[in-house]
Amino acid sequence: MLKGRHLIEPKDFSLEELDEIFTLAEEIIENPRDYLEVCKGKLLGSLFYEPSTRTRFSFEAAMLRLGGQVVGFSEAGSSSVSKGESISDTIKTVGCYTDIAVMRHPKEGAPKLASKNSDIPVINAGDGGHQHPTQTLTDLLTIKALKKDLSNHTIGLCGDLMFGRTVHSLVKAMSRYENIKFVFISPPELKIPDYIKNELKDNNYYETSDIEAAIEDLDILYMTRVQRERFLNEEEYLRLKNSYILNNEKLKNAKEDMIIMHPLPRVNEIHTEVDNDKRAVYFKQARYGMFVRMALIMKLLGVDKNA
Amino acid sequence: MLNIDSIKKGIVIDHIKAGCGYKIFKELKLHKADYTVALIKNVPSKQLGKKDLIKIENEIDLDFKVLGIIDPNITINIIKNEEIIDKINVKLPKKVKGTLKCKNPRCVTTVENIEDVEFTLVNRETKEYKCEYCDTNTSI
Ligand SMILES: [Zn+2]
Repeated sequence: MLKGRHLIEPKDFSLEELDEIFTLAEEIIENPRDYLEVCKGKLLGSLFYEPSTRTRFSFEAAMLRLGGQVVGFSEAGSSSVSKGESISDTIKTVGCYTDIAVMRHPKEGAPKLASKNSDIPVINAGDGGHQHPTQTLTDLLTIKALKKDLSNHTIGLCGDLMFGRTVHSLVKAMSRYENIKFVFISPPELKIPDYIKNELKDNNYYETSDIEAAIEDLDILYMTRVQRERFLNEEEYLRLKNSYILNNEKLKNAKEDMIIMHPLPRVNEIHTEVDNDKRAVYFKQARYGMFVRMALIMKLLGVDKNA
Repeated sequence: MLNIDSIKKGIVIDHIKAGCGYKIFKELKLHKADYTVALIKNVPSKQLGKKDLIKIENEIDLDFKVLGIIDPNITINIIKNEEIIDKINVKLPKKVKGTLKCKNPRCVTTVENIEDVEFTLVNRETKEYKCEYCDTNTSI
């Protein structure tokens, strides 16, 4: 039963519960008209303590497409938070007005703290470099919808694998499914951390710095950006930023039905010439993000189209 | 050697690493005690060279688990009629609440006033505990 629960990190939900959400999301994709009013009269509290336009739009669009409404703030400066109100007081107050809350916060663990003091479901929309479970749900739904199954895939993850929160969550989430192999493609300076690898079986992954050599093995290629703020000096950043740019040339040996994913926004790690390739699904992925959030909101509120 | 009367009834915390006695004294809030307590520092010891010692002349209910965090090698003797009736060996507890502080500067516990933050032991050897909010390991 997902009604009334919180989503703070992906492993809060069992595989069966995740599947419930994906199944509903796929139904919504098939028949969006059936869901136009399921959240009528419901209010989403959108608490963004730091700006994240993309994630906020996705949640707000999701709620509005279900017939619900949204109140909230998009940065801490414009709210009572700037007057020093505690997270626990804020969520208790928000719970008086709204039915479900989504929280983005620069401090790690803030949404968990909110959930402990909340009577309404709390969804973590990103807490610093820690968790971003709805991104992981987005990635999983994209794979399920486009590859028909979450098991039996070889997934290449490319770019900044050391600091990439999205990548770490996705690896953890995908490793819960059957027969998944990982290929970690990165410069030596940005290799996937040991604590992630330690949770995988030895024969389930390999590491390489050569994307062209690895690409023919892949069913899914997940690209990430290299972030400026991770580096102490500009030269190092520029050198690494340009080291793994995906273009048509590098895609030459890739499978016909491989999909190319990216959490967006991209900087330059995928050349725009790739956008026209039918394997490029990163904009579709953003759309799946909205559908999975619609399904999530419905499940946590315990509403369905027949109610 | 400094002479401290033996106690009839109470608790002796022994084999405290020299220098750690005051920390434990404070942790158990003994500076606020209205019964007889003694903190003895730098007692010669065969095992440790020097050790600290705390004597408490009272039957009190102490949370000995928290002591394991400060110094897992201490022993606790329960005294009745001037005899040791029970010896408790402390070890690192699996979970601790309210004693540790998260060392991750990006953690919500560093900015919000949260009582009883729970830490879970992840590595006995390195004495590392994981913060329930940010999952960062903090060693003690
Ligand atoms: Zn923490």
